[in-house]
Amino acid sequence: MILPDMNAVTQFGAVGAVLIIPLVAVFILAALPGYRLTSVLNVFASLLTFVSAISLFFGRPQPAQLLFIDDLNVVFIVLNTLVGLTTSIFSASYIAHELETGRLTPTYLRFYHAMYQAMMFGMNLALLANNIGLLWVAVELATLTTVMMVGIYRTHEALEAAWKYFILGSVGIALALFGTILVYVAAEPVIGEGLDAMTWTVLIQRAVKFDPALLNVAFVFLLLGYGTKVGLAPVHAWLPDAHAEGPTPISAVLSGLLLNVALYAVLRFKMLMTANEAAIAPGPMMVTMGLSSLVFAALMLYRRRDIKRLFAYSSIEHMGIITFAFGMGGPLANFAGLLHMTMHSLTKSAIFFAVGNVAQAKGTQKIADIRGLTESHPVLGWGLLAGVVAIAGLPPLGIFMSEFLVVTSTFARQPLLAIPLVLGLLTALGALVWRITGIAFGTPEGQVAPVKASYVPMFTHLALVLGAGLYLPPAVVTWFQHVAHLLG
Amino acid sequence: MTHPLTYDIAHLLAGGMVLVSFMLLYQDRMHGLLNVFALHAVILALSVSWEGWVQHSPHLFITALIALVVKAITIPLALHRIVRRLDIHRSVETVVGIGPTMLAGMGLVALSTALMLRVTATADALARQDLAFALSVVLLGLLMMVSRRNAISQVVGLMSIENGLILAAAGAKGMPLVVEISIAFSVLVAFIVIGIFLFRIRERFDTVDVQALDRFRGDQR
Amino acid sequence: MLVVLMMAPLLTGLVRKVKARLLRRRGPPFLQPYRDLLRLIRKESVVAENASWLFRVAPYLVFAATWVAAALVPTFATGLLFSWSADMIAIVALLASARFFLALAAMDVGTSFGGIGASREVMIASLAEPALIMVVFTLALIAGSTQLSTVAGYMMSAHVGLRVSLGLALVALTMVAIAENGRIPIDNPATHLELTMVHEAMVLEYSGRHLAVIEAASFVKLLLYISLICSVFAPWGIAQAGADPAAYAIGVLAYVAKLTIAGSLLSVFEIAIAKMRVFRVPDFLGVALMLALLATLLMFMTRSL
Repeated sequence: MILPDMNAVTQFGAVGAVLIIPLVAVFILAALPGYRLTSVLNVFASLLTFVSAISLFFGRPQPAQLLFIDDLNVVFIVLNTLVGLTTSIFSASYIAHELETGRLTPTYLRFYHAMYQAMMFGMNLALLANNIGLLWVAVELATLTTVMMVGIYRTHEALEAAWKYFILGSVGIALALFGTILVYVAAEPVIGEGLDAMTWTVLIQRAVKFDPALLNVAFVFLLLGYGTKVGLAPVHAWLPDAHAEGPTPISAVLSGLLLNVALYAVLRFKMLMTANEAAIAPGPMMVTMGLSSLVFAALMLYRRRDIKRLFAYSSIEHMGIITFAFGMGGPLANFAGLLHMTMHSLTKSAIFFAVGNVAQAKGTQKIADIRGLTESHPVLGWGLLAGVVAIAGLPPLGIFMSEFLVVTSTFARQPLLAIPLVLGLLTALGALVWRITGIAFGTPEGQVAPVKASYVPMFTHLALVLGAGLYLPPAVVTWFQHVAHLLG
Repeated sequence: MTHPLTYDIAHLLAGGMVLVSFMLLYQDRMHGLLNVFALHAVILALSVSWEGWVQHSPHLFITALIALVVKAITIPLALHRIVRRLDIHRSVETVVGIGPTMLAGMGLVALSTALMLRVTATADALARQDLAFALSVVLLGLLMMVSRRNAISQVVGLMSIENGLILAAAGAKGMPLVVEISIAFSVLVAFIVIGIFLFRIRERFDTVDVQALDRFRGDQR
Repeated sequence: MLVVLMMAPLLTGLVRKVKARLLRRRGPPFLQPYRDLLRLIRKESVVAENASWLFRVAPYLVFAATWVAAALVPTFATGLLFSWSADMIAIVALLASARFFLALAAMDVGTSFGGIGASREVMIASLAEPALIMVVFTLALIAGSTQLSTVAGYMMSAHVGLRVSLGLALVALTMVAIAENGRIPIDNPATHLELTMVHEAMVLEYSGRHLAVIEAASFVKLLLYISLICSVFAPWGIAQAGADPAAYAIGVLAYVAKLTIAGSLLSVFEIAIAKMRVFRVPDFLGVALMLALLATLLMFMTRSL
């Protein structure tokens, strides 16, 4: 019964490539010694995957039983592979330093690269999956590979972070599986037994007839389960540790990609819920969780003393905003949510690239020990400053646009909710600006080492974000609008 | 409608799983915990086989076999060996006493039964009961993870949650093979991660008491 | 009623004899408990100076309550003399009042042993009684009534089927019975060490005819619990109301056989297991309560499906 899967994949061409290239790369990278070769191959594999993903814009196959492409996931696939590519470039230049300082050994590097491609495979599979069970498997695979990578330094803190991530992630994924089973149980009387009752394209057409009570319970489990992966409060506890203790490329991928994939899963099920009018509106639940994440994370930003942890909480905050936007629903808020997801991916990964460089240059992750970056490492310092300005939501960069849209649509529809929203945003802005001025300006102290890793990924992302903030191409706009309409 | 004896046997097996979940909560010694977990997996295998028989779906027998071999035999044996080799402290400390834990467990079982029976009003009796018991097992596994301070017992709690999910998937009529693959997958990978992590945690911390891990929580940083 | 009174000391004698035999001792004769009772009745009853009227009256109250409760259980036939009032809840209430008076009497004289015994007994009761009530609920849900005769009759019919709730209820009831009768692993009926006493501590002050009455009450209580378990879970051979004498005879024979088997099983169990430390007793009884609760819950679920 797994054979039809392979047939469908080979028929697909580009879709197949997006999946097969990372899969093959896992085995190749695990087998080869020599980190230079494997890191270059890693970049090469990511490049091929990205090119295949771009080609999906131009030709789109019909939905198959297990995999499909529609407007929603094509943008995520391209984003996924793009950030995967730039992160692999960053990682290739970052790894040399890790080897020098002895934090990683060559064997672990092989493992690291193989896991990286395995994670990309998992995420791509999750985005392309048409079967809700396959979606679950893929998210679990992506999570487990990242768990292994978070713990790769094997220090006390890294092990604690990895263990916590593993336990909380597994609990979340278990709840999500229960929700998936409940969706199947709701669908089975209407669609019949077998694979069809798990195929999303079939489910969304017949969702009107499902039992609403069952769908409600299913969505609660799914929101809690996949919401753990998204990092929504109160089930976010794994996120700061995992970001802080893993290697920086992994933090970039976690923030930029894995959170998005989990939210994508939530969105798919939200679409199912909205298709059934008798079921309770998923909006208020998402709004509540999003808002509480935002406010909580914004407040926590003030007390962070580790630079990676600071930006991890910023990720929680932004995922809260995005969930809030999708919870509000309606064309404008959905558009804002989609735009924010894209912009946040790019910006946050750019910031983490910069942070990785900073950590290597200064030899520490403590904010108190990092001062005067613009003087000691001008390019890095101003780059980081630009990134933080972007993530704080200041114009003219992309995130300002999406936050502005969210705020205006909330004011128009639910003015009371806009108050905590704006307060949260302003709080976060204040904390970030305060921290970054401390980091970027002042007199440099402590270790000042040259930066080994490449600046190209960081600036590419920032340029994209700036470009999107100034001018969003009309094609992109109409396309986001179309997807926003799909989301309901 | 199903024959009463069919229903009774399924009720017996699924109810037995809830009972063994309570037994897991009661254990305060490591070896007892692992043995009871093996029993949990055996009853799961029986329950899934019975479901396979009743629903005439042969692939459920494969699931039962996987559950039996991996979860009833391989993983408990491996964990026994790990406990012996790493010389892990043989008793399991609890956060609250066993009594309040069991009472909380009863509350959870009552809650999940009430919820699932209310929600699945349209499904057939066997599926409803399996889902209700499965959710009970999942919640009891969660309770176990929360109320124990030992890394191994957290892992056992996680695996008992997975057992509950397998029961739920088996109860949902006709859920296709993808489920078996996913579940076997999670079992395998959890096994790998358990092996790697337990060794690493032990070699780093000289203990598997997860309270020792708490010192390295980054909450204040 | 007379049957239970006559047979109770014999049952205890059987248990002790079997225990001794299993330990390769010869053990006391079967009729020894009768002789013990007679001996105690003939002796002078020494009462403490500061004992109140309660101290003197309590043994009789305890015995009366236990005897009536035992008489309500359908031992060899349903439809016996008082079976119209043989409600399981009435039985539980009678046992509870017996326990209440005994605990009060234990504290009456003001010795520390009495206090220890009373407090331990009440602790055990606080868990055992809810478990017992839950078992009653389960049986009532299955059989549709709390009348013991009806329950016994239902159990003999073919409607019962395979029920996991019954198994759980049986285990729970057995655990409660062990606790309430002060058998190993809860309490050692043969010891007078203060660390391990529960029941013996409560009756330490009694002597003479008072002690005889209390001893008789504890014999009857053991018989009561065993009869209860047998009549509900092993009801074969119980004669129906108004059946012919042959059926009654079979009922009596079956009853005697069941008592023998149960008594022997109890002895084997007591030999095979060690006494639990007192602070573990709540865990043990908590398990009984959990099992009983689970049995009730499972019955509710089956009925609402």
